[in-house]
Amino acid sequence: MRKFYTLLSREVRGYFHSPVAYVVLIFFLIVSGIDFYFQVSFMNQRQVQYTVQEAFFNSVFFWFAFVLIFPLITMRLFAEEFKLGTIEPLTTVPVRDWQVVLSKFFGALIFYLILWVPTLLYFWIFLRVTNQSAAHSAGAYFGSYLMLLLLGMFYLSIGCLTSVLTRNQIIAAVISFCAITLLFFLGLVQFILLDITSTTRDLLGYFSAIEHMGTFSRGVIDTRPIVLYVSMTIVMLTLTYQAFQSRKWRL
Amino acid sequence: MIKVENLTKRYAGQPAIQDLSFEVSQGEIMGFLGPNGAGKTTTMRILAGFMPPTSGRATVAGFDVFEQSLQARAHLGYMPENVPLYSDMRVTEYLNYRAALKGVQHRRVAERVGDVEELCGLKDVKKKLIGTLSKGYRQRVGLADALLAEPDLLILDEPTIGLDPNQIRQVRELIKNLGTHHTILLSTHILPEVEMTCSRVIIIHKGRIEACDTPDNLLGKIRQAGGIVLEAKVGSDNGAEELKKISGVRDVVTDGEDDWKRFSLRVESGIDVREEVFRLAADRHWAVRELTQRRATLEDVFVELTHPDVV
Repeated sequence: MRKFYTLLSREVRGYFHSPVAYVVLIFFLIVSGIDFYFQVSFMNQRQVQYTVQEAFFNSVFFWFAFVLIFPLITMRLFAEEFKLGTIEPLTTVPVRDWQVVLSKFFGALIFYLILWVPTLLYFWIFLRVTNQSAAHSAGAYFGSYLMLLLLGMFYLSIGCLTSVLTRNQIIAAVISFCAITLLFFLGLVQFILLDITSTTRDLLGYFSAIEHMGTFSRGVIDTRPIVLYVSMTIVMLTLTYQAFQSRKWRL
Repeated sequence: MIKVENLTKRYAGQPAIQDLSFEVSQGEIMGFLGPNGAGKTTTMRILAGFMPPTSGRATVAGFDVFEQSLQARAHLGYMPENVPLYSDMRVTEYLNYRAALKGVQHRRVAERVGDVEELCGLKDVKKKLIGTLSKGYRQRVGLADALLAEPDLLILDEPTIGLDPNQIRQVRELIKNLGTHHTILLSTHILPEVEMTCSRVIIIHKGRIEACDTPDNLLGKIRQAGGIVLEAKVGSDNGAEELKKISGVRDVVTDGEDDWKRFSLRVESGIDVREEVFRLAADRHWAVRELTQRRATLEDVFVELTHPDVV
């Protein structure tokens, strides 16, 4: 456990030792700040059926920033170690391969969660200024952030897998960006293709991140997406572990 | 401490090492010699558990390097070629991190890190970012890292490459001192280094072991390559012909354009003809300014074994 903790703390610190972390943080703050400002000013001008919090987590701005950050967070994880050769000292000390894989995944997850911390502040400021809560209930906040965690886990695990497959960070980023974007648009197919059957439509709906976020941000905690994302994360991490071990045979 | 049996490694069908077998016992300093691409790094990487062999078996401290990799790795300190390091960490921070990974007890980490920093001369740079260090210092960080957990076995891949002569001397001394407590396997290009530090030498060429012996025995095997050098002013005499008449002299090569001629004598092994050469020169009134026995060096052994056509 101590070795895992050591690896994990190195991973998290690694983010803040590189300028990438700050660039991502600032980019994310700007986009989410604009998102929040736009939603509030939009709602100031007309009557709407949803809350500020729901609008914030379901806007185009949000999804745009959301899909973009994962490749940036995960591309360096393994690719950099392969490139610099630091994988050699790392794998010749008595640590297990799964400790390395999990430490990288959880390191990325912790950084991802840190990205979201400032958004809590937006809702707090909203509450102080307007004396009104930005959501219907505490459950809505909980649902949104739970969905963020679930989606984050899944997309980060995809990033882990693409990073372990190559020693080039750019390639890792491009592949994971494509994979995440495709998965994301899978949920939009039902709006694009109108002549599909309702069964297909329902099936695609199960994979729709937009739909899931819509439900969760209303405070409705559906267990199906939870099962989906947790199990897919496990699958991706297992594949990452296998790919990481395969380096021994590919060398 | 190390036992290697019929170790073979192929990269895409191309053999990097073939059928290596050797043993290194406790307390030995084993030198690993060979030209570039001979398979030194491959062998060391397999022993360090970085990659598995294609066939054959290797054990470190009784543990199979592949089947029981974790236990084997716990017994060794490995310094890879070119010493890859995280350039965004500071020296002490890096060593602390490595100590924890190697399972050094928590309360002993500070003490061990202090010790290896002292030993490897890193005290002055311990707060610096690794990325800003010179090659020599990076090399020392790698060495310090290998020593951290006080391993039974040290595997050092070219520990002195990129160091200046003073640093090479320091590292050589360090390795010699370490040899009293640790078993060491080191690879190098610098032959005098092996002669001075190693108790045994393996010469590897094109993935095969060409020789495995103590430096002295290796030299003994090719003593013939040594000989006698005479530099003299022989006037009108044909020096080479005269010298050849001495019994035991096989061959004489003459160099030099002016009055001073340089004769290189190849003699039969075990015979010292310097006295006869001196008497000859005295009889003929040759002026002599050099008469030496040339000792074969490991370089001769190395060249003879790895480039048979040159000799």
